[in-house]
Amino acid sequence: MLLAGCAASGRGGPRPAAMPATLLRGNAAPASTFTLQNTGSDTLVNLALAWAERYMEIHPEVRISVTGGGSGTGIAALINGTIQIANASREMSPEELETARKNGITPVRFTVALDAIAVVENPENPVKGLTIDQISDMYKGKFSRWDQVGGEDRPVVLLSRESNSGTYVYFLEQVVRKGDPKANALFSPQTLLMPSSEGITAEVRQNPNSIGYDGLGYVTPDMKKVAIARRAGAPYVLPSAASVRDGSYPVSRPLFMYTAGQPTGQVRTYLSWVMQDGQELVKELGFVPLPESGK
Amino acid sequence: MSSAASREVERQGAPRPLAGRAFGAGEFAMEALIRVLGFSTIGFVLLIFIFLLREGVPVFFEVPARGLFSTLWYPTFKLFGTLPLILGSVLVTVASIVIALPLGVATAVFVREVAPRWAREVLKPVIEVLAGIPSVVLGFFGMTYVAPLVRVLLGAPTGLTAFSGALLLAYMALPTIISVAEDALDAVPRGYRDAGLAMGATRWQTIWRVVVPAGRSGILTAVMLGMGRAIGETMAVMMVTGNAAVMPTTLAFLFKPVRTMTATIAAEMGEVARGSTHYHALFGIGIILFVLTFFINLAAAKAIFQKRRRGGLR
Repeated sequence: MLLAGCAASGRGGPRPAAMPATLLRGNAAPASTFTLQNTGSDTLVNLALAWAERYMEIHPEVRISVTGGGSGTGIAALINGTIQIANASREMSPEELETARKNGITPVRFTVALDAIAVVENPENPVKGLTIDQISDMYKGKFSRWDQVGGEDRPVVLLSRESNSGTYVYFLEQVVRKGDPKANALFSPQTLLMPSSEGITAEVRQNPNSIGYDGLGYVTPDMKKVAIARRAGAPYVLPSAASVRDGSYPVSRPLFMYTAGQPTGQVRTYLSWVMQDGQELVKELGFVPLPESGK
Repeated sequence: MSSAASREVERQGAPRPLAGRAFGAGEFAMEALIRVLGFSTIGFVLLIFIFLLREGVPVFFEVPARGLFSTLWYPTFKLFGTLPLILGSVLVTVASIVIALPLGVATAVFVREVAPRWAREVLKPVIEVLAGIPSVVLGFFGMTYVAPLVRVLLGAPTGLTAFSGALLLAYMALPTIISVAEDALDAVPRGYRDAGLAMGATRWQTIWRVVVPAGRSGILTAVMLGMGRAIGETMAVMMVTGNAAVMPTTLAFLFKPVRTMTATIAAEMGEVARGSTHYHALFGIGIILFVLTFFINLAAAKAIFQKRRRGGLR
């Protein structure tokens, strides 16, 4: 019940297909196998799997089992002491930190990759850049036509991911509510909730009225990325690895791995590998690698 | 005994159905097996129903009735208003039946009454094959072809509308409607047609005024079954209706995005935390859907029952 409650407050991943996946090393594993349990964010699950696979090729003595379930699930498992590493697409909440403290656990946070959300539109749409305020007003339903933000005389069709995807919650908090934790704005009820990234891609590709958003890694070349300005007058920045890393692109977030206390032994070796050599896998999976200096 | 029986068969010179004690044991086992299988099906349905109730009923205590039947569905923010979803499902289903009914009945009339024998023998299996197309394939087709077409032809802001969903559902309900309605027309005695023609009615008048009214309870059953198919359909609907949980209060909403009950369950069940209010709410929607489908099927069963009682003629 505790676990379920935590998972409810956590964020799921952007892909409904991110089923719990477990990697098991074949019978070639030596007798002195070290098993590492890694659970959490569905946003991170594919990347964590790729890391685990590559790492086990290099270190056959280590077995890494990766499962998704959402950031909340991973953090709850870490607090309960059932896993060594929790993946999270958000920081731990004060309640979670409190529970951890009661269990005698001091969570330690590592930034392992960066994630950016791109706002996309049909290539025919002449609108090049939008401010956070304009996007927020559009998604709250205040603007219903493109000419209100300097575009053509067309209705706006709002596209979003489903409400239990991590991307949905992140976009809501950072863009629609403009990062204000006290705001309680919601997506307009007119917003079309698409069950998959493919749903957003298909509609944006063929409908010049549409505006959508998705993880930068899932944006295909046939959609137009919108440059975003923090506020009116600020420079419009297109999402890219460079603009995410230097912090100029406003809608980006770090992805974390949490350990219970300072990691030691194999866990520590694995984490430092993830943050160094493992970074070459990050780009392949559509995320943004850490800046060189951050290693 | 069995040899005596066979001698008797020889004497009478006519083959008789399998008889005698040698088959008794096997037959008993077979009957018992069929009986067990039959009852276990009922048992499984009951178990599913109990499971649905156990998982869904808590929501009626966790969320006050006023919240449950309010107009905002934002489950992430503890707003569980199911009204937009129920109305969304009703809108899409009714629209699909309005499209499918005339087409289905007309096709059934054509296949049964008008088409030459060879055409009927080609058409019937072809129509039945239509029922076998997986709904996800239709959904994908709808998303990539039907929705853009609806947007361009009707000038709607987006093609992901209740209407697109209704079109696909109508297509899915058609094989059921056609084949059940055709059976109903088939059950109308030949004498009715002969009498109509003998009275000087044209072929069209005979079909329209005599045969179709005579088979109307069967046609009603066809519609009910088609409706049951449509309201429970999930995948295709989720892919083309846009899933915006708005209140479809006017007919104009037919050309706007709506969110159905089935699509909501399918889209949200995957990542919901077990035992949470949201989880119970999704099963609660399942119960509402079950009750709706139950009444539709009940109406269909009643229509069939009446048809039997009246000998399928009225």
